[in-house]
Amino acid sequence: MSASDSARARHPAQLHVERGAGETRIALAGRLDVDAVGAIWTPAVDAARAARGGRLVVAAGGLESLDGAGAALLATLEREAQGAGARVSIEGLRAELAALVAMLRPSPGAAVAPPHEPGFFADLGRATLQVVADLRAQVAFIGELTVFLARTLRRPGTLRWRDAIAIADRAGIGAVPIVVLVGFLLGLILAFQGAIPMQRFGAQIFVADLLGISMLRELGALMAAILLTARSGSAFAAEIGTMKVNEELDALGTMGLEPVRFLVVPRVLAAIAVVPALTMLTNVAAMLGGLVVFVQLGFPPVTYFTRLLEAVTLSDFVSGLVKAGVFGVLVAAIGCLRGMQTGTGAQAVGASTTSAVVSGIVLIAITDGIFAVVYYVLGI
Amino acid sequence: MPAANDPIIRVENLTARYGARRIFDRISFEVLRGEVFVILGGSGSGKSTLLKHMIGLYQPAEGHVWIDGEDITRAEGDARRRLLRKIGVMYQSGALFGSMTLLENVRLPLEEFTDLPRPALDAVASSKLRLVQLEGFESFYPAELSGGMKKRAAIARAMALDPEILFLDEPSAGLDPVTSVELDETILALAGTLGVTFVVVTHELASIYKIADRVIMLDQRTRGIAASGPPEVLRDAARDEWVRRFFRREAEPKDAGGRQA
Repeated sequence: MSASDSARARHPAQLHVERGAGETRIALAGRLDVDAVGAIWTPAVDAARAARGGRLVVAAGGLESLDGAGAALLATLEREAQGAGARVSIEGLRAELAALVAMLRPSPGAAVAPPHEPGFFADLGRATLQVVADLRAQVAFIGELTVFLARTLRRPGTLRWRDAIAIADRAGIGAVPIVVLVGFLLGLILAFQGAIPMQRFGAQIFVADLLGISMLRELGALMAAILLTARSGSAFAAEIGTMKVNEELDALGTMGLEPVRFLVVPRVLAAIAVVPALTMLTNVAAMLGGLVVFVQLGFPPVTYFTRLLEAVTLSDFVSGLVKAGVFGVLVAAIGCLRGMQTGTGAQAVGASTTSAVVSGIVLIAITDGIFAVVYYVLGI
Repeated sequence: MPAANDPIIRVENLTARYGARRIFDRISFEVLRGEVFVILGGSGSGKSTLLKHMIGLYQPAEGHVWIDGEDITRAEGDARRRLLRKIGVMYQSGALFGSMTLLENVRLPLEEFTDLPRPALDAVASSKLRLVQLEGFESFYPAELSGGMKKRAAIARAMALDPEILFLDEPSAGLDPVTSVELDETILALAGTLGVTFVVVTHELASIYKIADRVIMLDQRTRGIAASGPPEVLRDAARDEWVRRFFRREAEPKDAGGRQA
């Protein structure tokens, strides 16, 4: 060994490869540990593969020590050379080190079949079945929820009022600051963006109409529902999902307490109460934001309010609130459903939270479209 | 009046599948009224799955579970509720409701299923906590308790409505040996004084010798029952060699088997 002691401390393992006729010799020396093995892994394995068809001798007599990573290298050399059709022998390895290498040899029949057969068609089939199962679960869930909601309306005593009020407090009162902020900014921006092109036609005064109608009919409910999805739909999924992982849903079930009645109904009722209220708040905040722009354009505030009252009708107001109530049901229900569908483990809770928000927003968009058509047909 | 020693649970040709994989296949056994019955088996042998079938959480691929003459696997509506009133379950993790105090946890089934006035609810609930030596912890939340206390509280909740059968899923999992022994003593005391039938899933041998009247051992190779009987009998005279070994090996320090040889 020519290397000095200090160099050996930095490069503890040494590799020397000799290729003879029909025989490859890999000599290993020094301390073959997890810090050193990286430097020689690739050349050693390449040399073992190159022994194709011949004989591979791994001379391990010079090894001072060997840890798990070093033993893995020896086992890999053996496997690679055998895979390339070579005969392998490891020579000079001390008995206790040889035992470590032996533990890493694959045992025959140890291969475990993967849980699913891979392949495009198998994946496609599984995905299709999953979509069908998910749809069926949603329909069953809607049915169960409807039954329990109806039962609660008939006998309000069966509702856990304390839970429902606590949830409404968290989902509603807790959302007030963000709803006011977003509503105010939305009104401000909408009025400002609208005022610029309108100014060219001297029609700035109609900014009030634009804001009033678009907020009351459409944007107020939409914003409030999306904020509820982000704040509370996700929270419902995470809460119920964690309960599922902790077997708390099973515990409810074996106590004879239906999770839908116990967990979902209070949340859905809280959402029905909260989303229309938040919608009104969004609208008021947006009107105030619009007022700021209106005053900047040089009009007196009273003109703004007069225009607003002329532009919007009661049906604009009510149609927005009805929509908000429906959005509330959807967001709360999908959040709870995703929570109840949670698989096992912490990762599953994260997945169902994400899924609650995505499904919630998709449902809001689709339902909003349906409402637009229905309101148009009804002439509202 | 049901006689002691008549079967309270009858499992008949029960088969469970997970996808194409069979967990267990056509197993049958009976649990007698008032006994402590242990379901034993290695990890992955389907003990917990069997328990979840017996409490009606899972639908079997085939077979029946009769509890007091009614099939819990087919029961629905009122029949199912009536059956569920007869059983209490302690889950492996305790499954206490994290947003409620211990007292609220135990009071919940009482609130939902009885017409007791509020002071009576509280009194009954705290008496159940006293039964599992958790007096004084009424206003604690589950997160503030140790693992052993959580399991004891879960037993108190499972007993809230005085069920006839208590199912315990791995009561000693994750507990230190001393706490585990204390829990065993709680189980024995309850079985002795209240005459409750216990069905316990475990693989803790020391605990089995202490509490079990009878044991069945699931076999993951045959997907059936490898052996059944009192633990001492299985240790000395089970037909299957590996069952005898299983019962002896881990009980070596405690039992007399080593000295007899």
